[in-house]
Amino acid sequence: MSDDLAIEATGLEKSFGAVRVLDGVDLAVPPGIVFALLGPNGAGKTTAVRILATLSRPDAGRARVAGHDVERERRKVRRSISLAGQYAAVDGLQTGAENLHMMGRLAGLSPREARQRAGGLLAQFGLADAANRRVGTYSGGMRRRLDLAASLTGRPSVIFLDEPTTGLDLPSRQALWQVIGDLADRGVTVFLTTQYLEEADLLASRIAVIDGGRVVADGSPGDLKKLVAGQRLDLTLADSAAFGAVARLAGGRLVTADPGRLTIGLATEGAAGEIRALLDEFDPDRSAVRSFSVHTTTLDDVFLALTSGTAGRSEVESSRV
Amino acid sequence: MSDVLTMTARSFRLTRRQLDSLFTALALPVLLMLLFVGLFGGAIHTGTGTSYVTYVLPGILLLCAGYGAAITAVSVCQDMAGGIIDRFRSMDVPGPAILAGHIAASIARNIASTILVFGVACLIGFRPHASLPGWLAAAGLLLAFILAMSWLAAAYGLAVRTAEAANGFMFAVAFLPYASSAFVPVATMPGWIQGFARNQPITPVTQSLRGLLLGTPVGSAPWVALAWLGGILAASLVFSGVLFSRRTA
Repeated sequence: MSDDLAIEATGLEKSFGAVRVLDGVDLAVPPGIVFALLGPNGAGKTTAVRILATLSRPDAGRARVAGHDVERERRKVRRSISLAGQYAAVDGLQTGAENLHMMGRLAGLSPREARQRAGGLLAQFGLADAANRRVGTYSGGMRRRLDLAASLTGRPSVIFLDEPTTGLDLPSRQALWQVIGDLADRGVTVFLTTQYLEEADLLASRIAVIDGGRVVADGSPGDLKKLVAGQRLDLTLADSAAFGAVARLAGGRLVTADPGRLTIGLATEGAAGEIRALLDEFDPDRSAVRSFSVHTTTLDDVFLALTSGTAGRSEVESSRV
Repeated sequence: MSDVLTMTARSFRLTRRQLDSLFTALALPVLLMLLFVGLFGGAIHTGTGTSYVTYVLPGILLLCAGYGAAITAVSVCQDMAGGIIDRFRSMDVPGPAILAGHIAASIARNIASTILVFGVACLIGFRPHASLPGWLAAAGLLLAFILAMSWLAAAYGLAVRTAEAANGFMFAVAFLPYASSAFVPVATMPGWIQGFARNQPITPVTQSLRGLLLGTPVGSAPWVALAWLGGILAASLVFSGVLFSRRTA
């Protein structure tokens, strides 16, 4: 294992009863970046975060965070990390300032330092006016911002944010994105989980897509976008010979392939000229393609493309960066 | 140690701001005593030659320790169910420190309600005849009871998943004093329950408190009481340790 990485996991496995939540997850996150673990509900994102944050033990596999083993050096890991999540972990009956002061004291600051740190964080997160109000009176967005501020009291080098914007309205999400972006600018490694492609694209310089407990794609936002272009040209082929020929020719442009139904999806920008050129390129004799359709890629398509059966998966894995 | 103090300060603050729970913890014991003494007391003859308020006060004090502990069970349960437990653990706050904050707040609440009940009891005719050692022994025994109940409540709060279930602790604990010598003499109960009533923890604690406060002989009751409370405390500490690590594994 390398010491240069902020987070490194190999072969993480975890089952709850008969349900295999993580099925061999490998991750490598260099320090000082925002890394997004993107996946649908139930993909295993939260379980992965809990193992990396020492709150849960893997059944198999190993992980190092901030240079320390998450199982054998729990305390050292805990001193380097912090965790904020979709359930804002602050007391509704305490004020914002009291919550942050408490977290600062638990992080080992003196009472004086804790007070100063709380004041600084409240100002930085736009909560100075609400500092002396009970958190129970805060809006959802304010609670998440306070939660994030609370996770920064101990000056961690790695921050885990488990779906920090789930359930928030757009202005609150945008305010939170601003704050998360600022963190990475200060050299903190941010490990973000999200189910929003847009969020991962906006914040992260590296994205791993997780589904069914496995990482199905991994790369920069640009790499992933190539995989799941804005539009998709779906071709229904005349026979399996034509299917094979088109699949070979498509190479990296192939998004989906279903040999049973003889359909192939190709990445495209969707312009008429490009569609015409693609049809000419893939079917010069005008016999291989029986019909075609173009449709806009949605988030559902992204996950479908990355997780639809063995054909899709092997394709994605071969294009992994 | 500093973590324990921080967590205690937190629990005190949360307690002060949960006005409904605080009201329950402070006012309910007083109301119960007025109910027993004012409404039932006239019909109950304890055969001890003392007024009913003098007879029943120790039982009321134990009952209110049980109600106070139920609040502890609920707040421990809420901590475990909410996200804040993950934050504390990822900050490496030790489990005992998290629980100790709740215990400290529980003890403080109980001392406040005990003093309140005691004051009202004196107003309505409670006349103790205790020596100074008797007072100290009674206070110590009551404190031991409160401590044991608080840890038992913490263990119960760790064992159940919802605040509603945690609140059920109150009913379980509130039942025991009724089937003891706390409210009526055991000899007046049906024969089949007398064995249970004589040999359950509330009876020796009640008898010790009663004897110590009135300056009458207590025999071996305080030692039996301490053995019970020590056992409950030890079992609760072990259970809460096991449950905490299992809930957070």
